[in-house]
Amino acid sequence: MEPEAAEPIEADEVEGTREISATELKGITESLIFVADEPIDSKFIAKVLRVEQPAVDEAIQSLVEDYGDRAGGLQLREIAGGWQISTRAEHHEYVRAYLKSKPSAKLSLASLETLAVIAYKQPVTVPEILEIRGVQSPSAIKTLLDKRLIVAKGRKETVGRPMMYGTSKEFLIQFGLKDLSELPSIEDFQDLAGAES
Amino acid sequence: MTDDSQTIEKPSATETKTAPSISVAGATPAIASDHESDQLKVTLGEFEGPLDLLLYLIRQDQVNIYDIPVARITDEYLRYLKLMQELDLAVAGDFLVMAAQLVELKSRMLLPRDPLAVEEEVEDPRAELVNRLLEHEKFKAAAQMLWSRATVEQAVFMRAEIETDKNNPEVAVGLFDLLTVFQKILARHKEEVMMEIEREEVSMAEMIERLRNMVRSAGEVNLMKFFESAKSRRELVVAFLSVLELVRMAEISLTQRETFGEITARAASPA
Repeated sequence: MEPEAAEPIEADEVEGTREISATELKGITESLIFVADEPIDSKFIAKVLRVEQPAVDEAIQSLVEDYGDRAGGLQLREIAGGWQISTRAEHHEYVRAYLKSKPSAKLSLASLETLAVIAYKQPVTVPEILEIRGVQSPSAIKTLLDKRLIVAKGRKETVGRPMMYGTSKEFLIQFGLKDLSELPSIEDFQDLAGAES
Repeated sequence: MTDDSQTIEKPSATETKTAPSISVAGATPAIASDHESDQLKVTLGEFEGPLDLLLYLIRQDQVNIYDIPVARITDEYLRYLKLMQELDLAVAGDFLVMAAQLVELKSRMLLPRDPLAVEEEVEDPRAELVNRLLEHEKFKAAAQMLWSRATVEQAVFMRAEIETDKNNPEVAVGLFDLLTVFQKILARHKEEVMMEIEREEVSMAEMIERLRNMVRSAGEVNLMKFFESAKSRRELVVAFLSVLELVRMAEISLTQRETFGEITARAASPA
């Protein structure tokens, strides 16, 4: 599996570039994912390195296998359409002890409910959120905007032209989602809700 | 302040007790008098709004949500509403709207059905409300899911910040952030009664030197405070311009930790 003898990958004929071997590419890719301050995708890496995207995809797949096999302290995950290296959740106690960090303030229930409505119904307007929640949520929406979890998505062409909201990339990052389709279907909550109490 | 709980206290209130903890599932309203002081505390649990209250009543009575005894639930709902009003809680309009809908529903349930109508055509007047309740409950469950996801994600750590991170606050301060701060101070100045007796001229060069010295001696300068030290509107303008000038000459750099937060100036690190 080690692409030791793999053929070199063609790099663009741009000044200062040279051919990068698959082994090297894997290493470089890992380095870039590590230094990036937010998840980066293979397209971006390919552009930076001036190599073909499929080669980067391959390198990432190989890395994913490595990380899985190694069962070490780090994980390589696909988040918000990009790749990210992070610690494993099971080590949080020790990491926290070292960082002297406490779990930060969570969102209020009102904010979470509003966020859930926006995540599933986006793009959605304030009156539509009100209809589902049965209560106004101005402060929740402000909180979510401040935390950049939601963004305005233009205005709805209806009476009053209300602002529509949708979730942001930050939302995917903070909730560890690859993309929106990774959210469980809202219909699945039917039984769950009914089964309660 | 979040809108997931409401707490009222008598005017003499001095301390607030811990807010109700978040548990997404069941909520229990509680009225408790604090023995230590004479404050009466009413906690509306997690009753966000009328739908939550209604769901609570339905669950509490363990009635079938598809066959809600409208009369009974309406009475209970109104009792809660009355209690809230007696306790001088600001009852949100949403609660009253729901009350009106319930009463209307109750009266419609009392009306005899059209004996000539075909059985299937008769729509249960409660259907719309039931659908809304079920929909609402689904999103409550979805909120719970988001909550657990966030909890798991909080146990995952990325590498520490490095110099080149894009979220480096040094580049985050734009001209408009500066203008916003400036505007705030200008507005504050306007409120003060000014008695300018003699015109004190502070030249741009002097102001620049002043700021330079402040940054040098204190390490960092809170821009808000710097602007506030200006004695006149004119001086304020000069102060603002000198900040811009020093930034332009790359002598100082500005940082802002959060949006609309305070902006601090410090000596720019040599590039």
